[in-house]
Amino acid sequence: MMTNPGNKITQGQFSFLPPLTDVQITAQIKYALKSGWSLAVEYTDDPHPRNTYWEMFGNPMFDLKDPAGILMEINNCRKTFPSHYIRVMAFSSAHGVESPTMSYIVNRPKNEPGFRLVREEAEGRSIRYTIHSYATEKPEGERY
Amino acid sequence: MASETMKEGQDRYKSGVLPYKKMGYWEPDYKVKDTDVLAMFRITPQPGMDPEEVAAAVAGESSTATWTVVWTDRLTACEMYRAKAYRCDLVPNTGEGTKTEAQYFAYIAYELDLFEGGSIANLTASIIGNVFGMKAVKALRLEDMRIPVAYLKTFQGPATGVIVERERLDKFGRPLLGATTKPKLGLSGRNYGRVVYEALKGGLDFMKDDENINSQPFMHWRDRFLYCMDAVNKASAATGEIKGHYLNVTAGTMEEMYLRAEFAKSLGSVIIMIDLVIGYTAIQSMALWARKNDMILHLHRAGNSTYSRQKNHGMSFRVICKWMRMAGVDHIHAGTVVGKLEGDPLMIRGYYDTLLDVHTPMNLEKGLFFEQDWASLNKCMPVASGGIHAGQMHQLLTYLGDDVVLQFGGGTIGHPQGIQAGAVANRTALEVMVQARNEGRDIWNEGPQILQDAAKWCGPLKAGLDTWKDVSFNYESTDTPDFVPSATTSV
Repeated sequence: MMTNPGNKITQGQFSFLPPLTDVQITAQIKYALKSGWSLAVEYTDDPHPRNTYWEMFGNPMFDLKDPAGILMEINNCRKTFPSHYIRVMAFSSAHGVESPTMSYIVNRPKNEPGFRLVREEAEGRSIRYTIHSYATEKPEGERY
Repeated sequence: MASETMKEGQDRYKSGVLPYKKMGYWEPDYKVKDTDVLAMFRITPQPGMDPEEVAAAVAGESSTATWTVVWTDRLTACEMYRAKAYRCDLVPNTGEGTKTEAQYFAYIAYELDLFEGGSIANLTASIIGNVFGMKAVKALRLEDMRIPVAYLKTFQGPATGVIVERERLDKFGRPLLGATTKPKLGLSGRNYGRVVYEALKGGLDFMKDDENINSQPFMHWRDRFLYCMDAVNKASAATGEIKGHYLNVTAGTMEEMYLRAEFAKSLGSVIIMIDLVIGYTAIQSMALWARKNDMILHLHRAGNSTYSRQKNHGMSFRVICKWMRMAGVDHIHAGTVVGKLEGDPLMIRGYYDTLLDVHTPMNLEKGLFFEQDWASLNKCMPVASGGIHAGQMHQLLTYLGDDVVLQFGGGTIGHPQGIQAGAVANRTALEVMVQARNEGRDIWNEGPQILQDAAKWCGPLKAGLDTWKDVSFNYESTDTPDFVPSATTSV
């Protein structure tokens, strides 16, 4: 079990809040659409802090401007992967940004075992650090 | 008014002393070129001096002139190399009938060939090298500069930049959260790392050395680096988030700074830190190192207030921001508006725009006297640090936006329930405020209620709000806009 406040992985914009309701998720979707951003749904069972590329639940929805439609995609992903981490991302294509502009978790497994810090003692007092995800001891798709 | 420049020729070069205006440094008809470096100075002339002559003197002494006529000018394309004062306006609310003696805004254009590419040292040696001591000016302040695209393209710019920093840290759509380890001085490496670990595990993104933490008898730098990196990595494993600690590599020589930076890199740090007092060239060198070594470079503006705070003399902080974005730092302390350090809201917004914009329009209310195209130079992340706490979150988010590191040092470490609780309070306040803003709520007015509502389910936030509810720093700013008065309030 994770021992940090909240006992959960705190990636994303809203991990310190109670789980977002569909109404709250929709409000955030509207904000992204109003800002001219495209939304995407991504999922993983390897939440290592440096695992950049979560699996895409389809391409970013560049042409979908209906918040209800986007929420439906999120809920489809939740139904397909009920025990995975799922995040909603927004992408800006504006010059000077061209990068993600939002990222928040909307689904997570019931139990989050977290990570082990592996210390490899090196020369002098130096230590090389590796963060190991307990969940990845099992194969993909069988982790949570 | 017409130019008073004498025709180039024998009369112009008679030995002796000529007014600067007549030597070609006052050109009211001058047509500014896209490639010119522009500077705007606030001039307080000595009593009885013609302001245009003083403007011309500033132009002259910051470019080709000396106090007397020299024939060797005639061996050069001297008309091109002369800086041209082309505009001189009385500053609003100064001069006769006001409480302040007359001041003038003098605009000066400099030919691009006056400057060496990629060198802040060379640029500044001209622009602020000699002129601030001239007897003809009672006081002088460099207010703003326009750097032409052609010159910007000779600078690296921020080693990492806001966009890539966010991608590397995997943190989007909200301000980053940090804190400076306290007390600044006296903690051993082991004790110091404890503060870092607690705050990062609690929910902050960054911890930070203070500007004067280098390698003192109570904690030598290697100990600090080793313990801090253990804290950073342990907190990262505990939260599943990327964390960092700004390891200050400021030292007495470049050799020593490189040594410390290399050690930080070998320990896996994502970020290092330097102080403004190391000097422009050292800053540029560290920026090159940072780009080469995938390192974020944090700059503490130590020392700037000695010359940036008073309105009549020195230089505006917005010019420092411009130079530092060119020099290549990724973070710079740029004010909080509501905290304990100097800052008028509009002026600070001007600094933030200078650091973050792709293109900055002229905006006199923000103290931005020139339009500035940033030529795709990376963005530099402003850092708000000093006397801020969770109860001001709605004000901070409104004033400063998403692209900022909010540093709650005392507001984290001084929390009555401990450092982790302090971090939880700040992170929860931040997330709840970003959420509310995105939902379209009026956080400026509803902010205190939004925080109180969150405090019902977040005990640490409640304790923090109760502790600091009455803390604010309401002083008049000394550096205020000339065009629109605005008050610094924190209520």
